Amino acid sequence: MAKIKLSEKKIQELKDVCKTFNNDKGELINVLHKAQSLFGYLPAELQEIIAKELNCSVAHVYGVVTFYSYFTMLPKGKHPVSICLGTACYVRGAEKVLEEFKRQLKIQVGETTPDGKFSLSCLRCVGACGLAPVVLVGEKVYGRVAPDGVADIIAEYNT
Amino acid sequence: MAKIKYHMLVCGGTACHASQSEEILTKFKELIVSKGLETEVQAIKTGCFGFCEKGPIVKMMPDNTFYTQVKPGDCAEILEEHIIKGRKVTRLLYQDPETKERISDSRHMGFYKKQIRIALRNCGFINPENIEEYIARDGYLALGTVLTEMSPEAAIEILKKSGLRGRGGGGFPTGLKWEITRKVKAAQKYVVCNADEGDPGAFMDRSILEGDPHTVIEAMAINGYCTGASKGLVYIRAEYPLAVERLKIAMKQSREYGFLGEDIMGTDFSFDIDIRYGAGAFVCGEETALIHSMEGLRGEPTVKPPFPSESGYMGKPTNVNNVETYANIPVIFNKGADWFASIGTARSKGTKVFALAGKINNVGLIEVPMGITLREVIYEIGGGIRDDKEFKAVQTGGPSGGCLTKRHLDTPIDYDNLIAAGSMMGSGGMIVMDEDDCMVAIAKFYLQFTVEESCGKCSPCRIGNKRLHELLEKITQGNGTMEDIDKLRNLGTVIKDTSLCGLGQSSPNPALSTIDNFLDEYLEHVKDKKCRSKVCKSLMQYLVVPDKCIGCTLCARNCPVNAISGERKQVHLIDQEKCIKCGACLEKCKFGAIIIN
Repeated sequence: MAKIKLSEKKIQELKDVCKTFNNDKGELINVLHKAQSLFGYLPAELQEIIAKELNCSVAHVYGVVTFYSYFTMLPKGKHPVSICLGTACYVRGAEKVLEEFKRQLKIQVGETTPDGKFSLSCLRCVGACGLAPVVLVGEKVYGRVAPDGVADIIAEYNT
Repeated sequence: MAKIKYHMLVCGGTACHASQSEEILTKFKELIVSKGLETEVQAIKTGCFGFCEKGPIVKMMPDNTFYTQVKPGDCAEILEEHIIKGRKVTRLLYQDPETKERISDSRHMGFYKKQIRIALRNCGFINPENIEEYIARDGYLALGTVLTEMSPEAAIEILKKSGLRGRGGGGFPTGLKWEITRKVKAAQKYVVCNADEGDPGAFMDRSILEGDPHTVIEAMAINGYCTGASKGLVYIRAEYPLAVERLKIAMKQSREYGFLGEDIMGTDFSFDIDIRYGAGAFVCGEETALIHSMEGLRGEPTVKPPFPSESGYMGKPTNVNNVETYANIPVIFNKGADWFASIGTARSKGTKVFALAGKINNVGLIEVPMGITLREVIYEIGGGIRDDKEFKAVQTGGPSGGCLTKRHLDTPIDYDNLIAAGSMMGSGGMIVMDEDDCMVAIAKFYLQFTVEESCGKCSPCRIGNKRLHELLEKITQGNGTMEDIDKLRNLGTVIKDTSLCGLGQSSPNPALSTIDNFLDEYLEHVKDKKCRSKVCKSLMQYLVVPDKCIGCTLCARNCPVNAISGERKQVHLIDQEKCIKCGACLEKCKFGAIIIN
């Protein structure tokens, strides 16, 4: 992966985040949550800074980042699309909806469209099983999504 | 609140929230102001009512009128008719599917009749962001009683007598767990609330935290007093922002009222709570993994003993309980151990919350007494199977549980009976399946989940589950042999016996229970290369029925891989080599000329 350059200002912000948690290694997961909401993702360069600030190895930080599915090392699209693959959604046809998104966006799960607009991921149960199958675009929840409703959802964000 | 005559309770649960309940609330608030009714009518956002199928839900108090599937456009009519003119808006009342009668009081609806609400007692009744409403319904009464009138030992004794068992899935007696933690001597102890609800298809913990966060805080404080801990930690999924928000508000209010902090209620007991975030790892529901995650490490489990009660968070004695377990505790102290123990079966007391979902008419969150049968849950509360299809199975316990069949419909639901039937209580997911669900594919779905969520620390789980998944994949592809079914059985048993933590020890259950209960379906896949539910694509063939095809070319135009050929007004043909079995032709054909073989 190509090296990315973080701006001095952003680096300072990150260091401040670490400081609010007293540069405590035990707070690593909280630091990563803040860092991801600040940058959108957790590239290697960022992990190096966090490791230094919390006085632990980069391997330790990387180990934690890759362990949890909530953390991502790849930038997400402007409109992250998440398909719920919890059991309730699965039995009500979530897989077909996922296939349709893949087909229309021409990307696989975990990828982002070349224009950076959409990224596709799966998640497990958002607790809205009454609306199964459920799709999230950013924070917005779409319920009872059928494969032929996929185009409309994408169109909403394509204008 | 004294002068307010009417309360309009708008459901703020996740499902209703996603169907515009926020807009409905705003609209009501605007209308109340514009009509000058602020002193008489109040619109409040509450927690989940449970009846997600018919959301968004608006409940009118005090007359208990239950409006379903409300839209922002209905608000004016509700206010005008119900509040001002005193007439019910009949078209928004729940309609009984059999009698077609409109029912206004939720207590008379089939969905609620058989439910007993203990853990969910306040969900949908109070504004979760207002501590006074919780107090008005006996909130913090139990904490006061325990702190001022009971020794920790006496309080633990009550809990033991109540028979409450852990609602997170294991079913360990809660009172006993507290007693063990109490007896360990240490300068610092911790109590933890496990709100890392990772089971796909279960959302009871989320609903409790969103609908009644104070009950969890109160119970944790009682736990702290009984076990000798001054510090509580809530480990919650970062994917639950609304629950986190409400919990934070509740903690702040609770401190202001002196229910958290130094010298609570004038006693020398001090206790406070912190939040720790999960980051999406199913294994963190296991208590040792959860503790590691709270310490900022990878959420990998460790061998027990030592149990967290002896050496947990930061090496200190730690008592971990689940959200729903906590939600039961204040009630037990208010109403007594005997009252609680009078509900349920011989060895499983009280109620259990289930997230009822899948192919069922009334999807939602239900709380039922232990000992109720699956038949009552599915047909009376759940309103039967969707689209009048045939019931096939019900999955309980999520990826750790198994599938139960028609044979088990009249088995009373409790911890022990579910285990005897090859499943488990789990955290309370209950997914109903019909004739269109392939049980081999369902087993594969769960194994896929386990493979992704296995932490990788021990090899039986890391490698074994992968192999199980491959075998199931092979069978659904139509390449399975009889030997593969035996392999699934043997390997599954070995994984259960040799895995380090609860995840691996239960992960083969979906495969093993479906082999036990639906062996005929496995045999069909293996011997006849057939999937009766028409789910396994490799075993299907899409064919054109020559008599019905009029040659409209619609299927050919919609085929993504150009596998369909045929001239206009001629019978079309599907090239089986090219066909990817996406089903687009079947969906598009208006003449029923395409069938699955």
